[in-house]
Amino acid sequence: MSEQAIEKKDSAIGGDTAIQITEMHKWYGEFHVLKNINLSVQRGERIVICGPSGSGKSTMIRCINRLEEHQQGSIMVDGIELTNDLKNIDAIRREVGMVFQHFNLFPHLTVLENCTLAPIWVRKVPKKEAEATAMEYLTRVKIPDQALKYPGQLSGGQQQRVAIARSLCMKPQIMLFDEPTSALDPEMIKEVLDTMISLADTGMTMLCVTHEMGFARTVADRVIFMDGGEIIEENEPESFFTNPQSDRTKLFLSQILGH
Amino acid sequence: MTDISQKTYAPGQHPDLPPPALTTGVLGWMRANLFSSVGNGILTLAALAVLAVVLPKVLDFVFFDAVFFAEDRQECQALGSGACWAVIIERFQVSIYAFYPDELRWRPNLAFVLLFVALGPLLFDKFPARKQMLFFSMIYPFLAAWLVVGGLGLEPVETNKFGGVMLTIIIGVTGIVGSLPLGIVLALGRVSNLPAVKIVCVGFIEFIRGVPLIALLFIASTMLNYFLPPGTEFDLLLRVLIMVTLFSSAYIAEVVRGGLQAVAKGQYEAADSMGLTYWQSMRLIVLPQALKISIPGIVNTFIGLYKDTTLVIIIGLLDVLGVMKSALADPKWNGLAVEVYIYTAVFFFISCFAMSRYSLYLEKKLHTGHKR
Repeated sequence: MSEQAIEKKDSAIGGDTAIQITEMHKWYGEFHVLKNINLSVQRGERIVICGPSGSGKSTMIRCINRLEEHQQGSIMVDGIELTNDLKNIDAIRREVGMVFQHFNLFPHLTVLENCTLAPIWVRKVPKKEAEATAMEYLTRVKIPDQALKYPGQLSGGQQQRVAIARSLCMKPQIMLFDEPTSALDPEMIKEVLDTMISLADTGMTMLCVTHEMGFARTVADRVIFMDGGEIIEENEPESFFTNPQSDRTKLFLSQILGH
Repeated sequence: MTDISQKTYAPGQHPDLPPPALTTGVLGWMRANLFSSVGNGILTLAALAVLAVVLPKVLDFVFFDAVFFAEDRQECQALGSGACWAVIIERFQVSIYAFYPDELRWRPNLAFVLLFVALGPLLFDKFPARKQMLFFSMIYPFLAAWLVVGGLGLEPVETNKFGGVMLTIIIGVTGIVGSLPLGIVLALGRVSNLPAVKIVCVGFIEFIRGVPLIALLFIASTMLNYFLPPGTEFDLLLRVLIMVTLFSSAYIAEVVRGGLQAVAKGQYEAADSMGLTYWQSMRLIVLPQALKISIPGIVNTFIGLYKDTTLVIIIGLLDVLGVMKSALADPKWNGLAVEVYIYTAVFFFISCFAMSRYSLYLEKKLHTGHKR
């Protein structure tokens, strides 16, 4: 399976590659969490990553912006190699937005301040301009009227939409989503997914760890299935869901779609 | 009451009803707080009975039978059976300035008034012209030192003439203002990933916390002379100020470290993922939250430090307690320990209670409706 994956990568190089992960390994102490990960993401591509818990999905996308360190192999993001050089890490983080399972909004700042903080301090955008941009994105996620409230006063779904707007305010090239809907009530999942779908329509490069198979079907260009720290299978959503290749994928899909 | 709750409404049509009468207002409060059970009711009545017996006696001693003006203790006893506040009134000036020259007392007075001008913009963010005033706050320590110690055009005053309330405030405020930033830096150092920084900070904190303040004050007053080159003049008060600041900063560091650990890991990750540098994420994201959580602990440490300033009496500096104790040695006032200690206690209580109220105000102001 991984042989096949590498061949696929080779054909992809030379195009407009946003992320290139090559033979990447990661260990937590003695524990081998990520094994020989190879993944190439084109600009504008939408990728959904799924798999059982503990399979390394989150760890993998967290390696892309160096929230986790990999020990072997290489990761190139936007043409920049991810090394221990802080300059490279900061450069990559400026281009990669991330949305977390638990939102991670800053509770001591208003919604608007949450959105303008990074543009002002990292991109050195003037305050007025940053606020205008923030209001634009807050309007896009449909909560401009909450701008002066604190995150603690919003519902979970609203908080996650603020988190998405906050990431977009940095004008990133790539967006990473780490289970963005799994801490939400069913009624709020839809509003967040709608926001993500409209973001996908703008041509954003997206990597999304999620169990929302409906989202994967409608939005993803490619679905990746991981288990035990390896990429087991990757395919277009249609073939992935109707004709999974490995037994492990079949079992996973039967469990997740069976009810 | 009963017929309201027995009324039925169609599903979805139930209006908001007022709460039962006994759960709100004065009656509700009394029921909830004073008579919530038979046991509590008995305790409330017992407490009232004790107050009825004790309170008149206390008031008699402090006010009605007290003597405010007298020449010495004999006269006090002749005039009334209560407290002899005459000793406090006679010693009041000394309790504040100790041996500071009379004609120069306007200098510490001015420094004291300016202290509030300097603290205002630091403590209250709605202070008028706050940005400009913060500049004054920054130069205030040097201005105050110049006013109090003299030199550069002002007549110098030896620091061994300092004492009383003035000395307590000098040591307390310096310790508080100096130890907060130092403590924050030590806390950040202790949780740092850089091994050298971490070892230095952990070593410093553990050493200081493991040694009593009295021992450190002794080191400051005697042993430092052995380490310093012979002939160096190093003011005793300055040494004490440094020791008190270092001592308190170690405690502040541990309180702040607790706050740092209470900030969710996701906050650090969100800050990192947006490309903020270490110092930016500490200053803008982590410390505001960590310090907010630490406010009770920080103020607790400050209050402890402020009261610990009385320990300087051991190395011969006379703070407010030390000065007042010397009044007891005066044959004129011999034996009036209760009055003298009440006075000192009231002084400390007012200072510490003010700090405590400010910390509550700050906690309320910084509360932004999020759960921790």
